[in-house]
Amino acid sequence: MRHNPARSQILAITVMWVLAALTIGVLLFIIAFILAHGVPHLTLAFLSEAPRSGGREGGIFPMIVSTLYVTGLAVLIATPIGLGTAIYLTEYTRESRLTAVIRFGADCLAGIPSIIFGLFGFVFFVITLGMGLSVIAGALTLAVMVLPTIIRTSEEAIRAVPRAYREVSYGLGSTRWQMVTRVVLRSALPGICTGVVLSAGRSISETAAVMLTAGSSLTLPRSLFDSSRTLSLHFYTLSREGLSMANAYATASILILAILAINLSAYWLMRRFVAKVS
Amino acid sequence: MSRPRVRAAIRWLCTLAKRVNQETLVSVVLTAMALTAVSGLAVITAFIFKEGLPLIMKVGLKDFILSSDWHPLEGKFGIFPMVVGSLAVTAGAMVIGLIFGLGGAILLTQFCPPRLVSILKPSIELLAGIPSVVYGFMGVVILVPFIREHIGGPGLSVLAASIVLGIMVLPTVISISVDALQAVPRPYREGSIALGATEWQTTHMVMLRAARSGIVAAVILGMGRAVGETMAVIMVAGNTVALPHSPLDSVRTLTSNIALEMAYAAGDHRKALFATGVTLFVIIMILNTIALRFSRRRAGGTRSR
Repeated sequence: MRHNPARSQILAITVMWVLAALTIGVLLFIIAFILAHGVPHLTLAFLSEAPRSGGREGGIFPMIVSTLYVTGLAVLIATPIGLGTAIYLTEYTRESRLTAVIRFGADCLAGIPSIIFGLFGFVFFVITLGMGLSVIAGALTLAVMVLPTIIRTSEEAIRAVPRAYREVSYGLGSTRWQMVTRVVLRSALPGICTGVVLSAGRSISETAAVMLTAGSSLTLPRSLFDSSRTLSLHFYTLSREGLSMANAYATASILILAILAINLSAYWLMRRFVAKVS
Repeated sequence: MSRPRVRAAIRWLCTLAKRVNQETLVSVVLTAMALTAVSGLAVITAFIFKEGLPLIMKVGLKDFILSSDWHPLEGKFGIFPMVVGSLAVTAGAMVIGLIFGLGGAILLTQFCPPRLVSILKPSIELLAGIPSVVYGFMGVVILVPFIREHIGGPGLSVLAASIVLGIMVLPTVISISVDALQAVPRPYREGSIALGATEWQTTHMVMLRAARSGIVAAVILGMGRAVGETMAVIMVAGNTVALPHSPLDSVRTLTSNIALEMAYAAGDHRKALFATGVTLFVIIMILNTIALRFSRRRAGGTRSR
């Protein structure tokens, strides 16, 4: 058969559409499958009760609270540091050896697997600093883990703010810090929030690092130094030990719904940001 | 937060900063914050090595990595089956990740109408957001029984882990490849079309070649993701400590070895798990360094994500 460029183009494009359709199909299937099996078991009692007999019965209230604590705290710790780094990299320095080192650090940190963060959190926060398996140890570990995401998204958001804004601000006699806080950060806010929201999503999803640092207690954490079990770890335990498939599906659908909500709000924030800057 | 509140907070910060020599103070604080990531990396490296390296020294690097004898309670620490397991599972995942990921990236940048892109891109980000335990669970519920009944073997296998990981690395591979393809200057594409090439010829002869280093970076970072993934692999790979002879055999990876035994390990056993972590850390660092090198090769090239 003679080589026919037009035909091979049609073939190639068809193959790629099929691949893309399969990918999206897998995504939709996962979401639909989990929700179809889990949502029927979602009752108010399930959300507000403590688990009984190791999670076979009862609800997931302590896990919801633990997840909120660990995730919220991680984001609360990582956001100021990440944002500060991004402001430093964009507004307070020129490209130099130091910025190269800082970027290298953030890039490497982004590539480190969560189980390594778990090992580190275990030996550093849990044992060396004596925090024990606790909410605070889990949150600190996750904060280090999501730091690169916050740095990168904040940096991109700040860089996207037009130069003219800065020049006008300087022209009106503001100092650098006034310019940063009143002009740049205000314009970049939705973009920065996108990064924060996505980091929260990553923290909620994380299992391996949390397993080694936050513990797996089934009770409600009463202080930062109490052991706690997050939703994703609870789901892992339920399904792996075959304790209760119904509860596993219901827990998974809570996770999926949370991730959907987080991604939708990130998407919405990003659109707002793009509309604002351009 | 409401606007007036943000405004009030900013105003408060400003009056506070005015009292001190604000610019100096601000730049000192920001520099300190900026150094957190690097120092975090340094502390992580130091602690993992401090815990793991002594055991590697004691056992001997060669014996630790190349011995297949893993009986931690009897003091036998050989992680060769786990190294092979990680490599096998990663290789399988990259076949899927490369085919689907590159296809998706080409489609998104070259052939897809913009309105569809605005649906496909968030979907791919959503794929990245789904917890790895959910992927593992889907593998156990759907994929493993399918393999057991229709292909053979125990189901919990290299194949199952490769497929699950292949899907999980897609967002990484796609988003970095998309960046690389978008960074190719427009005239390249236009010039090629003007010379009479079809769009597909332009794509594979011009665009893919011009974006090559970025795509290599995407694949290597995807490999890093696959090597480092833990929970999903534990759930579908079977975790047998043995060298796999076929894709249908069960394997244990370096990551699963750590996560499975950490809960009850003590003494040298725990140190051996940290030593497994050291091995994993070194592999990841090598992959990251190669990826960074590739992604910065071209002027104005894409940075890794």
